[in-house]
Amino acid sequence: MAEPLLNILGVTKSYGRVVANDDVDFRVEASRIHAVLGENGAGKSTLMKVIYGVTKPDSGTVEWEGRAVDIASPAEARRLGVGMVFQHFSLFETLTVTENISLAVPGTKVELAQRIKDASARFGLDVEPGAHVHTLTVGERQRIEILRCVLQKPKLIILDEPTSVLPPQGIVKLFETLKTLASEGIAIVFISHKLDEIRALCDTATIMRAGRVVGVVNPKEESAKSLTRLMIGQEVAAMSPRSEAKAGAQVMQVTDMSLAPESPYAPTLSNLNLTLRAGQILGIAGVSGNGQGSLTRALAGEVLTQGDTILMNGAPIGAAGPEARRRLGVHFIPEERLGRGAVPGHSLAENVGLTTFHSGILSRGFLRLSKRRARAEEVIRRMDVRCDGPEAAATSLSGGNLQKFIVSREMELGPKVLIAEQPTWGVDVGAAAAIRQRLLDLRDQGVAILIVSEELEELMEICDRIQVMFRGQLSASVAVGQTDIDHIGLAMAGAFDALEAADA
Amino acid sequence: MPKLVLEPREMNSIFVPMQVAALALIMTTLCGAVLFAIYGVNPLKGLRAVFIEPLQSTYGIGEVLLKMAPLLLIAQGLAIGFRAQVWNIGAEGQLILGAIAASVLAIQFDGTSSPLLLPAMVLAGMVAGMAWAGIAAFLRTQFNANEILVTFMLTSVALQLLYYLVTGPLKDPMGFNFPQSISFGSSAKFPLIIDGTRANASLYIGLVVTVIAAIFVRFSFANYKLSVGGLASGAAFYAGFSSKRAIWVALLVSGGAAGLAGVGEVAGPLGQLQRNLSPGYGYAGIIVAVLGGLNPIGILFAAAIMALVYVGGDFALLSVGVPDAVTDILQGILLISYLACSLLLTMRVRWTREVVG
Repeated sequence: MAEPLLNILGVTKSYGRVVANDDVDFRVEASRIHAVLGENGAGKSTLMKVIYGVTKPDSGTVEWEGRAVDIASPAEARRLGVGMVFQHFSLFETLTVTENISLAVPGTKVELAQRIKDASARFGLDVEPGAHVHTLTVGERQRIEILRCVLQKPKLIILDEPTSVLPPQGIVKLFETLKTLASEGIAIVFISHKLDEIRALCDTATIMRAGRVVGVVNPKEESAKSLTRLMIGQEVAAMSPRSEAKAGAQVMQVTDMSLAPESPYAPTLSNLNLTLRAGQILGIAGVSGNGQGSLTRALAGEVLTQGDTILMNGAPIGAAGPEARRRLGVHFIPEERLGRGAVPGHSLAENVGLTTFHSGILSRGFLRLSKRRARAEEVIRRMDVRCDGPEAAATSLSGGNLQKFIVSREMELGPKVLIAEQPTWGVDVGAAAAIRQRLLDLRDQGVAILIVSEELEELMEICDRIQVMFRGQLSASVAVGQTDIDHIGLAMAGAFDALEAADA
Repeated sequence: MPKLVLEPREMNSIFVPMQVAALALIMTTLCGAVLFAIYGVNPLKGLRAVFIEPLQSTYGIGEVLLKMAPLLLIAQGLAIGFRAQVWNIGAEGQLILGAIAASVLAIQFDGTSSPLLLPAMVLAGMVAGMAWAGIAAFLRTQFNANEILVTFMLTSVALQLLYYLVTGPLKDPMGFNFPQSISFGSSAKFPLIIDGTRANASLYIGLVVTVIAAIFVRFSFANYKLSVGGLASGAAFYAGFSSKRAIWVALLVSGGAAGLAGVGEVAGPLGQLQRNLSPGYGYAGIIVAVLGGLNPIGILFAAAIMALVYVGGDFALLSVGVPDAVTDILQGILLISYLACSLLLTMRVRWTREVVG
């Protein structure tokens, strides 16, 4: 066997009582693409932080090019030649793309901007070098992270769930990039729980569960089912066979909605039209940053428009705020969980109050704490949210569990219209399946649902109709059965005709 | 080799803020000892003068209660705004406006024995404090003017207004040109609550406000909305809570409470409107609110400690002969110590054995 580039032996790391890594061995060889596979909280991120010098292990050794090393800091890791693209981005929001990258890559700004443009074009990572990071969406921010890493010419690149916000063509392109990088001698560590991607891309897969390595396999020789079994220790409950949607009456109707951009780099929404019907799921496909955020904010009432551009059961609601719309049965699951969908410093019980305040937990301006607690318990129970009960802080939950909590909270309110933005982003397989199943159940109960997602497979799986968003415009709606990923992918790049051709 | 590590606390306990406040108090005491040593005073004697002597006489206790009343009122009001990240640091100015409004009534109806005069003064003072803070709320919500700067600058305006009134329209015509109003009659003053002291019934207003604040914080929907806005503005937006409303509520409540404190001064120990209305209660109230962990009960204790430092400073001036600036310095050290220790509110320190090779 070839000399490993990186060899980790017996690494253990615990946080308080939680053992995040338990006696983990992990070896990485040059020119190979390694997958690290596991559910949220399985210890993948901790292992990567150890390699990148962010976290010091409690015990164990790290060997780099055959030599025991003590990676004390990310700077040390970068000096050795380790680059990392984090799942949670480490960018300064008030700085521009170029300024952020210049913090890690030497060179003048003009020169860097050119290199960024070149690399953007080469890897299909569309980013405007002069844009301020706070104006960019999750997807765009991740592209900066990948660019910043690649520009440092590392020997090993770690990517933490890099594909979750890329369009299909982008994933194909990224995979080509990664394969090119590997062929040039660079080792790639690819963290994901998307089994198809891992089987398509990776040479070897290390599977983690509850802090331990439970297997090192060749993913190309495994089936998605066998990988899942290793990863979660049991079979995923199969989704109940999808019944044909019985689309009912029009519930919400958006006519020629135009909105000025909220920031200089966000697109202007122009003449959007869409219809939500009872018992139907409409998917909005598109790469993030094409106006999806403005659209959902307008539908949820956070941004107001002229009254009659949005009709709910025929009545104009465009000028009604979030609270008024919630009373009409319009509920919204935002993309950002902490800070928008939930308040970080509050307990789960307090967070239940965020959107359910008009439904029985208030009495003359006073909170009925026992009611709120009971409701929180119900919300937790219905989606099997793993937590220490209603008094647990929102920040103590993993991303997937917090998402289940928010989804459950909004579903408990008995929505008539549900708007969900990236409902399974960064959520583990089991939780994502549970969330999708709940969305389908709601559809069958006659709820009109709109889902914004960048994961086309997800949209194809659960939506009845799809519209594509590109630079602030929406394509016509097309039935899922009458199109395919390739055509939608073309539309995501602006060729709306592709959809119509497929629909014809 | 063992080493210190900081790690996040897993559960929030009510004892943690109390421990942090106690730690800050200990650090202040130690700094105070050094301060006295620098002045050439026996540190133990100095600390005794500040922290023990005021509590050894009825008069001293009365003084502490007297100073506690305005601090308590101001801090309870400010804390509600601070939790919503609305920073009213002009309580001093709102206190002055409250005092002026109450004084106008007392002077206008001088000589009356009506039991309605005092309640009317209380009401007028509160409304005046609210109006003064309301200017900042208006400028913030209409023009996005920073409320920190506006409330702070309005304090200077309030001071000038006070100076103009006590040297002009409200000056005592028989007062030998001193910058002060006439002395108020007994129906315009709070009754004393302990014989032989100056402690008066305005303390009861502070205690009632404390109870109301405790209920407000724990049970009211309005406070919930304020705290969501303070912790995560994105979540407040998502929920549909109006940030403008939060700014109005926070500033009106804190302004009203500071106005009440102003009434307590002119209708209490001063008994008239004069140039030196407040020894910086409006600013000390900020320290009290922070030191009390923005918790109504915590603020009750913090107000008592702060009042003790005020009175203790006076005692130290008399018994060991240090300058009265000692009071300000000790208050400042108390706040800085608390802020320095506040890291421990969310983190804990642990010794660990390092085993990494």
